[in-house]
Amino acid sequence: MNDRIDPHRLDALAPQASEVEAPPKPGTTKTAKPAKTQVGYVGQSVPRANAKRLLQGRGAYTDDLKFPRLAHVVFFRSPHAHARLKKLDLSRAARQPGVIAAFDGRAIADYCTPWVAVLGHLKGIKSPPQYAVAIDRACWQGEAVAAIVAETRAQAEDALGHVVAEWEELPVVTDMEDALANRTVIHPELGDNICFARSFETEGFDAAMKKADLVVEETYGFGRHTGVTMESRVILADYNAAEHSLTVYHATQAPHMMQDIFSRHLNIPEANVRVICKDVGGSFGIKVHVYPDEMATAALSVMLRRPVKFVADRLESFLTDIHAREHKATVRLACMKDGTIVGFDLDDLTAIGPYSVYPRTSGIEGNQVVNLTGGPYAHKAYRAKMNVVFTNKNVTCQYRAVGHPIAVALTEAIVDLAAQKLGMDPAEFRRKNLIADDAYPYSFPSGLKFEKLSHHQCLDKLLALMDYTGLRAEQAALRKQGIHRGIGLAAMIEVTNPSPAFYGVGGARISAQDGATVRLEPTGMVTCLVSVTEQGQGTEGVFTQVCADAVGVSIDKVRVITGDTGVTPYGGGTWASRGAGIGGEAVLQAGKALRANILDIAAAVLQVDRATLDVRANSVVDKASGEERLPLAEVGRIGYFRPDTLPMKFQAELTVTRHYTPREYGFTFTNGIQASYVEVDTDTGFVKLLRHWCVEDCGTVINPLLVDEQIRGGIVQGIGAAMLEECLYSAEGQLLNGSLADYLVPMTGDTPDIEIAHVSTPTRQSELGAKGVGEAGTAGAPGAVMNAINDALAPFDARVRVQPFTPERILKALGKI
Amino acid sequence: MEDRVEATITVNGTRLTRRIEPRMHLIDFLREELGLTGSHVSCEHGVCGACTVRVDGEIRRGCLMLAVQADGKTVDTVEGLSDSGELAVLQQAFHERNALQCGYCTPGMLLTAQALIKEHPEATREEIREFMSGNLCRCTGYQAIIDAIETVLRTPRTEGVR
Repeated sequence: MNDRIDPHRLDALAPQASEVEAPPKPGTTKTAKPAKTQVGYVGQSVPRANAKRLLQGRGAYTDDLKFPRLAHVVFFRSPHAHARLKKLDLSRAARQPGVIAAFDGRAIADYCTPWVAVLGHLKGIKSPPQYAVAIDRACWQGEAVAAIVAETRAQAEDALGHVVAEWEELPVVTDMEDALANRTVIHPELGDNICFARSFETEGFDAAMKKADLVVEETYGFGRHTGVTMESRVILADYNAAEHSLTVYHATQAPHMMQDIFSRHLNIPEANVRVICKDVGGSFGIKVHVYPDEMATAALSVMLRRPVKFVADRLESFLTDIHAREHKATVRLACMKDGTIVGFDLDDLTAIGPYSVYPRTSGIEGNQVVNLTGGPYAHKAYRAKMNVVFTNKNVTCQYRAVGHPIAVALTEAIVDLAAQKLGMDPAEFRRKNLIADDAYPYSFPSGLKFEKLSHHQCLDKLLALMDYTGLRAEQAALRKQGIHRGIGLAAMIEVTNPSPAFYGVGGARISAQDGATVRLEPTGMVTCLVSVTEQGQGTEGVFTQVCADAVGVSIDKVRVITGDTGVTPYGGGTWASRGAGIGGEAVLQAGKALRANILDIAAAVLQVDRATLDVRANSVVDKASGEERLPLAEVGRIGYFRPDTLPMKFQAELTVTRHYTPREYGFTFTNGIQASYVEVDTDTGFVKLLRHWCVEDCGTVINPLLVDEQIRGGIVQGIGAAMLEECLYSAEGQLLNGSLADYLVPMTGDTPDIEIAHVSTPTRQSELGAKGVGEAGTAGAPGAVMNAINDALAPFDARVRVQPFTPERILKALGKI
Repeated sequence: MEDRVEATITVNGTRLTRRIEPRMHLIDFLREELGLTGSHVSCEHGVCGACTVRVDGEIRRGCLMLAVQADGKTVDTVEGLSDSGELAVLQQAFHERNALQCGYCTPGMLLTAQALIKEHPEATREEIREFMSGNLCRCTGYQAIIDAIETVLRTPRTEGVR
């Protein structure tokens, strides 16, 4: 060592976790500062390292990549919602400048087999085969029927104008109830328009409901909306004919799932397929599905033996990114005079477009609504009926919070209505009915099992946080002045950390486990490769924290790599609020195992009992005194370059892989409660969102800063659904507002400041104890906003029931238009 | 095919002359021709602000301006303003506050926020929200972005920082 200050020694002098100031309290992250300690990172608001490149515009999103001989594909899409393609002539298009090739669906089908999106555990679910590029018939406006590949995107788009297509329009089914009536059947070979149906009833349901003193019933509507990721869907497929291998740069949440799918549908051995996720510009569930145009792009790379890129433009995104949430649900709540809820009765109808989306299916959202309705409450009687129908609109599938926003909104709205009819305060009504905090483990009537939830703690914390009593007084005072404010509560449960019960048991090759490989580098740095992906939520950041703690190093020593099937362990990726809870546990266990292996080497080098040593602050130290014995750079040097100095039969193992699968419960449920405070202008119908609060229990909070911002972002997406966002279709199945000029999303002026607090009930299934949190905000916000608006409208005996709550709908409810 | 037009543009301090297709948008020119991929394309119809760049000192939407319209002008992008250090204080505030998630809107947010800081250093929180209302972020819910900008506005400036 030279005379320069050794950073390892500086680190060793840094205070231990117990000596430093406590991590910032959840909900106070506004002033969060980078953590200064080198241990005990879990629980601290550490800014994430990977944000730095994004802040300088030096990230690499898939569209930023350029390859030699890169070709660009665009798609000729159906202008009709349902039509037979009588004639398709691509010859003129193929002759345009720069055009490399033009193909119809049949040509592409020779290289890419169709798929049918069903799952074994969704009994009776059906869907027709779907091709990468449709053959002979288009079933929604925007479905691709031809592909044009050119040297530049502009040339490909120019050539689109030279495609000659003749169409015979077919009867269109756009209304859900029309679809259910089966007057026109979209896929005659399936017999009817019902993709999936489920019904459920607890024993003695009718008898229980008959004993109730009060039954309230309402029907709620939910507009279909979509994810609007800032980065649209992008894929760059690069086929190597010599190796018969395919490398796909893909803005996806599930690279291993896509590896399997490219392999099976393009007939390339799985080991020859590599899927790489560069920086991904937001996903929210939009980028976890198989899109026909993306499969076609991969097939085209094989066909043309060169790299091919597809970037959906914003108009294509609105027509083809999955939509979600088109539901109409009638719910009944039965309760006693004292407010005790007896049961819920649900009838849900949802429309999914002409195909169930591969491979997760479009039956899951409705299924979740059935599973989750009434979720926070301690009733025993439950009946549910649900139909998922085909229509001639764009497909729908899993988007952030899948089913939860529907289940929470309809449950919380009917709960508020019951409270109102009984003259009870909505908070007190909830307190009476929320499952008791000491009732766990708990079996819910729909069959779900809850490990441990904290509804009452969350409710109490929320009411204190928002000063519920004070707010009610303010509301009453303002009402006298003609200012109409409303307070809305929404309790919720949320599916996180799913076991194989979600997809694997149904036959989908979607991994419920994740893996982490942790490697000590010769320099003492730690490389951590994880199968969970990063879309901006900060998974790489939290893995850095968990890994640093587990190994015993400072976070600047850890490099996390995700999103490459050629490099990371096999795993599920990012969806269903699973990344931190499942991937994080794998990282923790791998890091601990590496720490143990480091100690084995140190014990051999130092000739001491391993039990007397520990790894702290980038060094092996004497456990009792904390005195440094061996810097990790020295462990690395000996392990890699001088293993000859170690005992003869000793092999240094400085790379460790561990996996984790949640097994004990089908899902690791979280819970929380949100509140919204709004002001309704009863003359214009405009709603001003004044404040929003959320108390969430996601178990161990690994990074309060990242968790709170995930929740805030989620809440604002929920607010978008409640207030602004709807994909509007004409009766002919034409999307009427498929641009960002017409489809409204929340901008800075539409959103309130949001206060967040936590209750922490770590899951005991894992050592880390983290539950998921990515979808909680979106799950609860629409219900809270709905109840707040209806609370404001209560003096007028008016209610709104159909989202989004546009000024028009509010004025209609008020009888003013 | 349209004839290309010669244009001379100073991009991030470097004067360059290119023959450009008249229909090419400024954002596509920066990204495709110059490889400056820090500015992003998202809506391509002027709503989202992801393509915000600076032209002759004023923020502009790169998707609503043709590249040839920048002939004789100065264009600054997030890459250049990062290298010059002009955005450093904002970038640090964004980082500490986690005012970005996926990062796709971030370069546009930073350029707009920097314009706010220059033009309205006394802006209230409401005014910050108003000024930033043309930049869409789908991840954060905006509060962290508003907080970060407010922090920079309220922090006394040191000489040489900007």
